[in-house]
Amino acid sequence: MKRRDFLWLAGAATAAGSLAGLPSGAAGAGKARVVVVGGGFGGATAAKYLRLWDPAIEVTLVERTDIFTSCPMSNLVLAGFTRMDDIRRSYDGLRRHGVQVVNDEVTAVDADRKRVRLLRGGALIYDRLVIAPGIDFRFGEIEGYEAAMQAGRVLHAWKAGAQTVELRRQLEQMRDGGVFAISVPMTPFRCPPGPYERASLVADYFKRAKPRAKVLVLDANPDVASKPGLFKAAWREYYAGMLEYRPNSTAIGVDAAAMTLKLEVEDVKADVLNVVPPQRAGDIARKAGLITTSQHWCDVDWRTMESKALPGVHLLGDATLAAPAMPKSASMANNHAKIAAAAIVEILSGRPPVPVQILSTCYSFVSRTEAVHVASVHAWSDADRTLKTVPGSGGVSPARSEAEGTLAWHWARTIWADSFG
Amino acid sequence: MKAVLIAAAALAAAPAFAQDNQGRNLAAGCAICHGTEGRASDQGSALIPLAGLPKDHIASQLRAFRDGKRPATVMQQLAKGYSDAQIDAIAAWYAARKR
Repeated sequence: MKRRDFLWLAGAATAAGSLAGLPSGAAGAGKARVVVVGGGFGGATAAKYLRLWDPAIEVTLVERTDIFTSCPMSNLVLAGFTRMDDIRRSYDGLRRHGVQVVNDEVTAVDADRKRVRLLRGGALIYDRLVIAPGIDFRFGEIEGYEAAMQAGRVLHAWKAGAQTVELRRQLEQMRDGGVFAISVPMTPFRCPPGPYERASLVADYFKRAKPRAKVLVLDANPDVASKPGLFKAAWREYYAGMLEYRPNSTAIGVDAAAMTLKLEVEDVKADVLNVVPPQRAGDIARKAGLITTSQHWCDVDWRTMESKALPGVHLLGDATLAAPAMPKSASMANNHAKIAAAAIVEILSGRPPVPVQILSTCYSFVSRTEAVHVASVHAWSDADRTLKTVPGSGGVSPARSEAEGTLAWHWARTIWADSFG
Repeated sequence: MKAVLIAAAALAAAPAFAQDNQGRNLAAGCAICHGTEGRASDQGSALIPLAGLPKDHIASQLRAFRDGKRPATVMQQLAKGYSDAQIDAIAAWYAARKR
């Protein structure tokens, strides 16, 4: 071992207690170690289910925040219908499953020597690595946006947290009669129904608190990208005259001083400008060389979630180059994690992994109390070498209902518990 | 001859192990609404915990959802994605869990 490597590892011992030490040999020579990078729905679920399915595996989760904030249900916070505390979960549930949670950030992956470097110093050694990078933004495609965001003028609130709180404050301070404009990027992006749910819930808030205000949905897509019939029915029947939908409206620039969004064909002024930028796999995926496709997404083997770029590295969640008809959703990330956990347990035991059939159920609110869902089942196809939806399965709600609003909250509390508890 | 027998035994053992995990792996998807290992933690929910329910009951209800005989919002759409063998594997796995 080179001296530099030794110091690298020694640093990790300080950061992570007993975790780091001398590199283990092949799996089986001592306890197998899995490092999970990223504590969102995908990463947390992978860490938990690895421990559940093989308690002999040592699992370390590296996450840079000390508390999880859920994107699902965060639009209800924006509308003032629930509180930030309701959508947060600690990592203590994972600790109870024996996951070692390290509050740090991975800055580099050395796949040849099977180790990840930590921002606060040191490194962790692994036998298998799981990376759940989430998303980051392609700010460069909207001129002036990044500066406007840094100044706090124009927000995305597409990662739940500080921006959710700040956008809520902007909405509360907006005058009655003002305009809230939300800009939707071209698919694929995190949570396809999310922008339309947000527009619906902000409109419901305005109906109650600022009845002369307007909601303007400026969508780069040719139509509502998820559950179009259900969203448009709610808009027609609840928010007519308040919510306006404009398709084929791609944002190309932001003028923060004039609070103007520049589209390809026109400029639009707003009092609160919420621009959801185009997206890509999170920064760690780029640093680790995991991005394979159009510089944005990471291709995986859907039987194991193993990266097609880096052997031994399993990649989950929104960062994946999606299989056909697969949304970038919490449900899918949670299910990706179970594919990866099942595969890793088999691989570390010297057995061949078996494909796992997964499912997704996602709810969206169209008003404070009413929700709609989309469900799908995805199975491995030997012929097409990918996960495909099972013919005849899946679908959306026939209509919005309060019953599904109740189920949506149940879904949220249960998937939080399944992923973090 | 001995080597052949050992190889045959190994071949027989491998699929048996995969079979053991089929129910577990399929049921893991259900956990997003029904809770980890079928033990829903959300009190007052309309969804009953699946852990420890009789195998035949779970299987018959999944088939009733799939065949449109039991009303549901989501379950009819999801159950259509599973074969009889898969439904039986899921039901057996949940039935074997402690409540």
